[in-house]
Amino acid sequence: MLLGSLDQYLINGLVLGVIYAMVAVGFTLFFGVLNVIKFSHGDVLMAGAFAALIAYISLQNFVSISIWMMVVITTTFAFAAMALFGAIVARFLVLPLRGAPPLNTLLITLMLGLAVREAVRLFYPNGSNPKPFPKLLPDTDIFIFGLEIRHDSLIIIFGGLAAICFLHLLIKKTRLGLSIQAVAQDSETARLMGINFQKIVLGTFALGSGLAALAGVLNGLYYNEINFSMGLLLGVVGFSSAVVGGLGSILGAIIGGFLFALLQTIGAIWFEVPAYKDVFAFVVIIAVMAWRPTGLLAETKSDRV
Amino acid sequence: MCNFGSIDNKARSAYADRDSPVKMTPFVGGENMLNRGFLIFSFCLLVVGCSSEDGSAVKIGFIGPLTGGVSANGIGGRNSVDLAIKLANADVTKQYKYQLVALDDECKPNIGIQVATKAAADSSILGAVAHYCSAVAVGTVDVFHKFAMPMIVWGAVLPKITYGNDYPEVHRVNGTMINQNDVAAKFMVDLGYKTWAIIHDTTDYGKGHDKYFTESLEKYGGIVLGRFGVTADQQDFNAELTKIKALEPDVIYFGGITPIGVRVRTQMDRLNIPAIFQGTSGIISDAYIEGAGTLAEGTLAFREGDSAERLPGGKMFLAEYDRNNYSSPPEAYGPFAFAAANLLIDAIESEGPDRKKITSYLNKVRNYNSVIGKITFDENGQNMVPLITRFVVQDGKWKIWEMSEYADNIRSLNRQNPK
Repeated sequence: MLLGSLDQYLINGLVLGVIYAMVAVGFTLFFGVLNVIKFSHGDVLMAGAFAALIAYISLQNFVSISIWMMVVITTTFAFAAMALFGAIVARFLVLPLRGAPPLNTLLITLMLGLAVREAVRLFYPNGSNPKPFPKLLPDTDIFIFGLEIRHDSLIIIFGGLAAICFLHLLIKKTRLGLSIQAVAQDSETARLMGINFQKIVLGTFALGSGLAALAGVLNGLYYNEINFSMGLLLGVVGFSSAVVGGLGSILGAIIGGFLFALLQTIGAIWFEVPAYKDVFAFVVIIAVMAWRPTGLLAETKSDRV
Repeated sequence: MCNFGSIDNKARSAYADRDSPVKMTPFVGGENMLNRGFLIFSFCLLVVGCSSEDGSAVKIGFIGPLTGGVSANGIGGRNSVDLAIKLANADVTKQYKYQLVALDDECKPNIGIQVATKAAADSSILGAVAHYCSAVAVGTVDVFHKFAMPMIVWGAVLPKITYGNDYPEVHRVNGTMINQNDVAAKFMVDLGYKTWAIIHDTTDYGKGHDKYFTESLEKYGGIVLGRFGVTADQQDFNAELTKIKALEPDVIYFGGITPIGVRVRTQMDRLNIPAIFQGTSGIISDAYIEGAGTLAEGTLAFREGDSAERLPGGKMFLAEYDRNNYSSPPEAYGPFAFAAANLLIDAIESEGPDRKKITSYLNKVRNYNSVIGKITFDENGQNMVPLITRFVVQDGKWKIWEMSEYADNIRSLNRQNPK
């Protein structure tokens, strides 16, 4: 009975892993460049999903475009909107608090997340109710190694992985990435070398928030339903994943995200009552934290982000 | 009674108005004019205040979820009570003027107790139309009892709210989940379904549905293959549904409210589960249909009382509701809230502004005509509505089963996955 549905568990676990990893990478980026923990990250993901929905609804009314074009446009819009939002938050909330104790930034972003969440609930029409997210991806089945998999699940998994790889390449191979790394390692020296500190910080926040928006869109495409509180648990899970992987390390965040999804999947298969899966996953994360307090991939001073 | 204290207050607020920059009049002599105007104004107040001695406003409380996942229902209920009060105030035969005090319980027990205490401790509020969420109502009945405040539940269906205590203050116009689930189980077994998987939320509400539905189902010969408790804010049901898919039930019974109902129905489709989706009164809302979209088609649910359109007073209610241009619909339980508010207003009209007398009036209510049909409270304050209405979603609307194409076999429920 269990093995028969193993493919379902596997696919769901992979999709969740990709989404968690994308959220965790954002946490790690922010912590890397500015030593801040941005708790509104989960709600940015939610807002990104709603931005995509708004783009879809307005396009649907005016022009007839192919479904693939629609995916590209809505995703781009969500990415751009949240990237802009991330940069604004960094400029007006996070940077001014640079000299303040880190607790203040944490608190202010926590409040911001609450404000974003409540704003969507109050100002999006009927925002307190779940909203259907359009089925933009084909839901036909294909068979790979005898496993029945839906096309959209595959696209979501590979789309998410591609976004993470792209980010990795951006940071490791480009000038912008090099600047981000430089700021992460030592912002004073980076400034002395002629790097525009503020521009890099804003760019990093834009990048991380855009990635959260992508995760939100993928989440919407996967569940075909979004709601104002969807970012809450995702934020906590993403943060835990980033911490368990080693806050500040991108690879660590990815590993953390997939580890969390794996734990949830094991919990779901193992226990007769699937509700225990989250308890199981979080307990294991606590145990890992006790064993490796700085995360699986401990941060080394010389190689950050 | 001529209350000089209150006039004094009004006079003071009139002073305050005069000082506010908006009201400042720049022309010469304005000060004098304003003073004279103020004198006339306060005189008018004096006259009005004394002449309408029995027309002074009495307050009625409304408590329901005005924010949060089920706020659509709460706002519909609030608007319905507001409508009842507006109609009463427009009615010249009424002795009192009514005022609504609407409070938000957020569908959370702790917040519910806070706001119930706030309402009950305010002696100017004579009674309350309270609670959509069972988990909240079950906690607040003690508060209402302690403060001897008459209250009428308008939406919560857990039996314990009325049957779990002997508080004379507690009444309920809607039915309980016992009748609802009994009718639901018999109906489904009669349709020929044999096996069920149950998903319920782990609040008292969801657990109650699970318990009473299972009891009735076993009585009629249905089999429960598995049951899964889920949290009220859970987002991902793949683990539960994957297990259910392997069990291959005929029907998935869902005991919970709209937001997770939408999620379960949507995710059933992702896993290609062909079972029928059967809900409870908790998902009978426009929000369910909006959220689940085309997947809502063929969803079954059950609710006590008849639908507003089919009741003699229902048409009037819906017409008046439309006429007042509320921004959101009354939802399924609006008529119940409306009926409860009218009951309270009639009690005040008959007994005067006295909580104890209102309570004893309510306890004697028999065959009271309302938009939800006749109301008769039993010794526990429970309305003994015999009627349960069966609903099915057809073409994006909750249709009464007998009036749907499913009942006439034009459409079949067994088509949920067109693939």
